[in-house]
Amino acid sequence: MKPFVYKKAGTVAEAVRAGAAPGAKYLGGGTNLVDLMRETIEQPATLVDVTGLSSDIRRLRDGGLLIGAAVRNTELATHREVRTRYPVLTRAVVAGASGQIRNMATVGGNMLQRTRCAYFYDAKGSRCNKRNPGQGCDAIEGFNRMHAILGASSACVATHPSDMSVALAALDAVVHLDGPGGPREVPLTELHRLPGETPEVETVLRQGELVTAVELPPLSWAKRSTYRKVRDRASYAFALVSVAAAIDVRGGKVKEVRIALGGVAHKPWRAREAEAALSGGPATVKAFRAAAEAELADARPLRDNGFKVELAARTITAVLGELAGGVR
Amino acid sequence: MSAESSVIRVNGTAVAPPGDPRVSLLDFLRETLGLHGTKKGCDQGGCGACTLLVDGERILSCLALAVQYTGRDVVTVEALADGDRLHPVQQAFIDHDGFQCGYCTPGQICSAIGMAGELERGVPSHVTEDLSAKRAELTAEELRERMSGNLCRCGAHNGIVAAIAKAHQAGQLSDSGRAAR
Repeated sequence: MKPFVYKKAGTVAEAVRAGAAPGAKYLGGGTNLVDLMRETIEQPATLVDVTGLSSDIRRLRDGGLLIGAAVRNTELATHREVRTRYPVLTRAVVAGASGQIRNMATVGGNMLQRTRCAYFYDAKGSRCNKRNPGQGCDAIEGFNRMHAILGASSACVATHPSDMSVALAALDAVVHLDGPGGPREVPLTELHRLPGETPEVETVLRQGELVTAVELPPLSWAKRSTYRKVRDRASYAFALVSVAAAIDVRGGKVKEVRIALGGVAHKPWRAREAEAALSGGPATVKAFRAAAEAELADARPLRDNGFKVELAARTITAVLGELAGGVR
Repeated sequence: MSAESSVIRVNGTAVAPPGDPRVSLLDFLRETLGLHGTKKGCDQGGCGACTLLVDGERILSCLALAVQYTGRDVVTVEALADGDRLHPVQQAFIDHDGFQCGYCTPGQICSAIGMAGELERGVPSHVTEDLSAKRAELTAEELRERMSGNLCRCGAHNGIVAAIAKAHQAGQLSDSGRAAR
């Protein structure tokens, strides 16, 4: 690990000031960043510890929730309003990592964790356009069973590893940022980027910007929401495919629906094609399947991950069926 | 900074954090303090061998920078027994053959104690069906899911699960002994 300076921030202003220095990075629970530093993939000159900042969850006047960026994953999943009003979020958080890691990991860090693509991690032996822009990608022709089927590019086929962020994408969450240019808000679905020609640029965060909180809109019908993660073993594994969904069915028709996918793209994938196909239409298994297929029409599987297309279609169909309850 | 928040409490003793911020909590315990009970397995957050308790919560000490833990209470496996009297979970691991080589055992035991605290606080898991319930029952399925972050390469999982289940039934799992004090 390269030497660095450690600073603990007491306030957002203090953090932003320290974070503006060249080579500075913000440190949450460290569960991903410390590991990346040990592999020399991340080499910050300064680490600004922001775990002492905004770590509460409070109800907003409109009925939504404001979740501090330093809230630990365990606290988020356990919070009474989260688990009863937004069960998809609790389900997504507890589907990720292990009990120990969830006790350490923060909400901000979870969103900003980096891909677990094995070629990205193999700093000594593999080419990676994220680590070394322009170097090439060994995953595209390599073992790419875990990789993206949607929105990838000829430069990068990595997936975003977060479960929590998939639920946040479905819930229309808004990310609160602060930085040298002042505070601003970005929808979660616009926080992460698709790889394009610059896969090393993973988010729209500007130099020195800090995630301070995540806001959940009221969404009364999100009570009927869930998260299903399909993985190689029953626990403590990253997703092959995951689905976060919420649906409001009235008189057999789909009034509202939100769907997001994990394990399939460089960012949490909001399934807007599927949502558009379902909106106002019948809540039937046939319609769910057709909507899933519409979403996946542009899927471009690689050598080893063709199975993800059908797996995603079936998982979307099954989750919507489960939420709609006994439809045919 | 107050005197209290500039030190790390390790098994009840205040110690100054390492001068080099690169040092993990795990290496700090083993290399500087000579506490070798906490084990280094993968050193990348994959195996759980380095699990210990901070303010009663289980964490992975290999991914923790020691400097981040000033003002906190760290409890390692060395502090679980009361003199010559083993912590009930330690005794349960012996009674139920909860190990073979023993390398993952300190992490397993600290993890089980931390897990008990999570159950009491109502933390749900991936297999908890009813999210509105105040507290989940520690069924076999819940136990295995909640302990999934601790691997045992010898394959002693049946004994480990039996030991934890028995300690839980006897009401001894949440009795975290000195860990709670």
